[in-house]
Amino acid sequence: MTSRYDLSHVFEIKGRNFSKAGSVSIDIKEILRELGIDPVIVRRAAIAAYEAEINVVMYADKGEMVLRLNPKVIRITLEDEGPGIEDIEMAMQEGYSTATDEIREMGFGAGMGLPNIKKNADVFELKSTVGKGTSYNIVIYLNPTGKT
Amino acid sequence: MTLRELANLLEAEVISGEQHLDEEFECAGASDLMSDVLAFGEPGIVLLTGLANAQSIRTADVIEAKAIVYVRGKKPNKEGVTLAKKRDIPILSTRFFMYKACGLLYSRKVSGVGNQ
Repeated sequence: MTSRYDLSHVFEIKGRNFSKAGSVSIDIKEILRELGIDPVIVRRAAIAAYEAEINVVMYADKGEMVLRLNPKVIRITLEDEGPGIEDIEMAMQEGYSTATDEIREMGFGAGMGLPNIKKNADVFELKSTVGKGTSYNIVIYLNPTGKT
Repeated sequence: MTLRELANLLEAEVISGEQHLDEEFECAGASDLMSDVLAFGEPGIVLLTGLANAQSIRTADVIEAKAIVYVRGKKPNKEGVTLAKKRDIPILSTRFFMYKACGLLYSRKVSGVGNQ
């Protein structure tokens, strides 16, 4: 039996499209909010999605974000096509950034994005191949006490 | 403090969200860096910023800010105002610089993010 929590949505993200940056994450926030999910969890998911989306807009050519929901978890995956991340360990440190001046003028590029995804997610996996792209796997449990 | 009291204190123009002016807030945060707002912002804060692009509105939306106050007389463009109205986020603009705007709010016992 499916519940109202079983769904899957696919969103396309264009690189360098700064005027639209963040709009997919606002859509995701709205979908989760309308389902009546705990606002604290909605906020965490929206922040994690937003940070990931901004990374695609800032660095990649394009990306596909998928929101999946079941009665236990919110899963947000993102695959982008772009330069990839050379040193993931370094990129996960607060303050490390390779942002351009253009990105900084938009209010981003402080090196807080990936650590902030980790902070808001229950599970955050990041894989990257230099010259090809980066994949994100973000999981947030609907039951904040754990996996059940 | 209500948003209306904030508007009076900062001599601010209300650009959108008139219907929310009697709502109260207790906490404010100020930054031009949306990365920091996303990392440290709290639900219900009033965000003071000099960054008047669409990202300031989307960032305020994502962190569940109560309102945005643009300092130094800045205002978002027409698309920004439309976005703020669509997302139901009150936006105000004060001619005061960031330091004075924050100082005035702090002097009226509005706390900072992290209860500072």
